[in-house]
Amino acid sequence: MAADTITLNDPTPVLGASGAATGTLPGKHARTAKNVGWYVLLSLLSLVVLFPVWMTLVRALSTPVAYVNEGLPLYPVSVEWDIFSRAFSEGELGRRMWLSAIVTFIIAAAQLITSILCAYAFAFLRFPFKRLVFVVFMATLMLPIEVTLIPNVTTIRNLGWLNSYEGLTVPFLATAFGIFLIRQGFMGIPKDLLDAAKLDGYGHFAFMTRVAVPVTRPVVASFGVIALLAAWNQYLWPRAVVTVSEWETVQIGLKSVAASNVEESNIGFAAAIIAALPVLLLLIFLQRQLIRGLTAGAVKG
Amino acid sequence: MSGVSFEGVTKRFDTVTAVDALTLDIVDGEFMVLLGPSGCGKSTALRMIAGLETISDGVLRIGDRVVNNVEAKDRDIAMVFQSYALYPHMTVAQNVEFPLKARKYSVDGGPPRKLTADERAERVDDAVKTLGLAELTKRKPGALSGGQRQRVALARAMVRRPEVFLMDEPLSNLDAKLRAQTRLDIVELHREVATTFVYVTHDQVEAMTMADRMAVIADGRLQQVGEPQTVYERPANLFVARFIGSPPMNTIEGEVAEAGVVAAGASRIPFTGDVAKGRKVVVGLRPEHLHLGEGDIEATVKAVEWLGHERHVIVDIAGSKAIVRQETDEGAAPRIGETVHLGHHVENVHVFDAGSTERLN
Repeated sequence: MAADTITLNDPTPVLGASGAATGTLPGKHARTAKNVGWYVLLSLLSLVVLFPVWMTLVRALSTPVAYVNEGLPLYPVSVEWDIFSRAFSEGELGRRMWLSAIVTFIIAAAQLITSILCAYAFAFLRFPFKRLVFVVFMATLMLPIEVTLIPNVTTIRNLGWLNSYEGLTVPFLATAFGIFLIRQGFMGIPKDLLDAAKLDGYGHFAFMTRVAVPVTRPVVASFGVIALLAAWNQYLWPRAVVTVSEWETVQIGLKSVAASNVEESNIGFAAAIIAALPVLLLLIFLQRQLIRGLTAGAVKG
Repeated sequence: MSGVSFEGVTKRFDTVTAVDALTLDIVDGEFMVLLGPSGCGKSTALRMIAGLETISDGVLRIGDRVVNNVEAKDRDIAMVFQSYALYPHMTVAQNVEFPLKARKYSVDGGPPRKLTADERAERVDDAVKTLGLAELTKRKPGALSGGQRQRVALARAMVRRPEVFLMDEPLSNLDAKLRAQTRLDIVELHREVATTFVYVTHDQVEAMTMADRMAVIADGRLQQVGEPQTVYERPANLFVARFIGSPPMNTIEGEVAEAGVVAAGASRIPFTGDVAKGRKVVVGLRPEHLHLGEGDIEATVKAVEWLGHERHVIVDIAGSKAIVRQETDEGAAPRIGETVHLGHHVENVHVFDAGSTERLN
């Protein structure tokens, strides 16, 4: 498939292309100018995005009083390098990040499994009211967590799941977004492949695990990354179902750290940076997967 | 190895009847071609054999077993798709091996069992060698040409040693030269594996050159089944007459004027057979069975097409357009507008009823 795309995009008329390039120099200049424009715009946008990150780093490294006295500059003042290790121990970040990691893993793994199964049914199986059911599933995407928060918390409390793994994970074991994304990927698989697999002696489950998922690996992987990020960064829900400090995930922990260190606000900033590190690493290593998956449906390969 | 038999098999999609009461016996080991224009139901018939379409009515047997309610994965059938349907994430070798991992196979007449990795590798090796893919086993389908993909699809089918091979227009994505070569390869493969082949195509050349017997299908109905030569020489109805042959058979409307003679305009066309006087008929004459010169058919030349080894002289006979095939060395081409006479042998005249379109002689 990849090779198909390459052949299609191959700039075959090389002669024509180079001829055009040498023949129309003004066109080339216009293109360069346009590119410069884009890069300026992108640089500005990057600055806007990176500014809060930089400022968090500045506030984390600066001694709070000195920083305020200096007049809140854009650079660190009287740097405290040990702030990160202090934040890590005082904020009990090791324990909290471990809890967050477990919760995140459970949610992401479950979302992957349920989304793949459900997307497969919508893409390849025939059953009554399929369209209607799909629309209802998609409609849940319209509901922000704030709308469902109170009834869900009530349910979790009635089940006795406050301060537990169940309470932190069960409401997120399936997601319409994942179903939609993976279904789109599956819809791109030619029906002939399913027919061929049937004749080769495979049922639906084997086709799903051995053909459908491997073929749509970029989409599935990117959804996995998205699910990991979203689960790790959850704030509102854990805040609602956790009432004791032992069950605080790292994002809730940040709040506690900041609240209990009002004098030393830099500990809060340092803890925030530590909590963001896993996400940052994930993004750095998997950004290709992420982008490939999100654009896979856009250009059919 | 098994035959396939359709007994009044019908397939309806909502209000559309794709296959209408098809009765057809495909003999064990035979190369059967289902031939017809696109949308005629031939692919649906094939997919019913495969188990990819349910059967609305009738009985379908593979060997002695009624398979109406047998799942595709539980039928011992291999199919080559028009799109080849190769698994894009697997290498050639993995594609060919894939069916061997799912099923149980009987080895040396023993009870069916899962093959060992070595046995699978051996079969894959055999198949890729037979089809000249040995150098390509580590490539993925995306890195293969159309012809190579086609051969991988064939290899994946033959590695199974199935009861029946199904092929759905397997050559239509190949260029003309490769198509001719692959045609021969498939016939060769059939001879080698000596298994029932059911082959769907809309291309009569494929049907004529490959088939032991061919079944011509139109509008979901079987029109005629027989050896290619029989179908060509004695088409059962006007549809078959017009569909088989290139350029197609000339058809001229007329009326039986006296015993063994049809009158069409100024022409009188003698034929063999017994058709009642006064009956409205359509006369069929193949372009190669007409020759310029002496004869009872009067025609006006409309155009001449030169093809190198032959000419197609396009004429008007009693208001019907007709083509006369003329070898280039049979003298000069007639002038456009000229009135010519066409000769023919009486036994080459096909007579069809103008109403029912069935053959009369």
